[in-house]
Amino acid sequence: MSAPTIDHTLDEILNLAALHFKVPREKLAPDDDFFKTLGIDSLQALDLLTRLEHHFRIELPDYELQGVSDFRTLANRIQARL
Amino acid sequence: MSDFKGRTLSWQIVNGAIEVALHRDPCNEIGSLMLDELEKFAAALPGLGNEVHALIVHSTLKAGFSAGADLRELFQRAQQMEKGAALRGVRKFLERIHSVMNALDAAPLTTIAAVHGVTFGGGFELALVCDIIIADRMARFCFPELRLGLIPGFGGIPRLKRDLGNAVVRDLLLTGRSFNVMKAQQIGLVSQIAAEGEALRVARATASQVGKFDRRTAAAAKAFVKPIPYEELKREIDIFCDLYSRPAVEEGLRKFVEDEGVQPYLP
Repeated sequence: MSAPTIDHTLDEILNLAALHFKVPREKLAPDDDFFKTLGIDSLQALDLLTRLEHHFRIELPDYELQGVSDFRTLANRIQARL
Repeated sequence: MSDFKGRTLSWQIVNGAIEVALHRDPCNEIGSLMLDELEKFAAALPGLGNEVHALIVHSTLKAGFSAGADLRELFQRAQQMEKGAALRGVRKFLERIHSVMNALDAAPLTTIAAVHGVTFGGGFELALVCDIIIADRMARFCFPELRLGLIPGFGGIPRLKRDLGNAVVRDLLLTGRSFNVMKAQQIGLVSQIAAEGEALRVARATASQVGKFDRRTAAAAKAFVKPIPYEELKREIDIFCDLYSRPAVEEGLRKFVEDEGVQPYLP
């Protein structure tokens, strides 16, 4: 089975983030700063990372998130593990 | 003292198991007050022996099991002392926490850590003294000490080496990365994974199971398979104190405590 496309991965991230942090999906855009848009701190960002790892069945070291604050870059990091 | 309600933790006996609940906001940071209460518990434990067959340690806080050492207290106290006194204070604190950890590690009953969320640093070390770790699917483990120019100081390295392969220990220590419960079970750290919020329930079921067996036999089996690395634990304190005395560590702690932009749970 081939890996999903980056657009599909990005879409799944936005859906998961919207659902878990109870933010309307239409308010999230790929280039948004997820800390600001979701209103989260580093503890909640870690929570999001754990949920994404479970969802995509991957291991994504947290240091891969250094300097990452937008959904699109996050999607690229995840895509590289699929 | 079969039950106790403290400011940072409480304990009570439930169905033949002692349940120690950690509840110091925001995430059970282990500072002097929690150390005092952990010492109280360690002192009470031998007296509870005949009534119970298991010990469960868990947290009632949403954020997680424990974020580890109270770095704010560590930094602020050090600022109030001359360097030599601060270092002596740190060594004394470590010796006290080691004494508690060693007592829990050697306890002649089955010990279970029921963890969720952040299980970092000293919190991870508290879980490691237990015989069995049960984690809910949102648990996350980490030894972040290298980020501050330190090593784990509450006994984590010798205990991790006791339980896991050396390559895994090197990976976790040298990258300082956090990892999830799937990885934790894969490497042999976590015994069972519970659904989110269900770790304590699963721990209680496990405690009930271990309660079916002769306690003296279980204690003998545990002592046989679970050596306590006393010499390495002492060496860990020496290495920690040696590293702690460096200016880079003070600077790392200052940044952690004073920088508004710091993200304490991310590297």
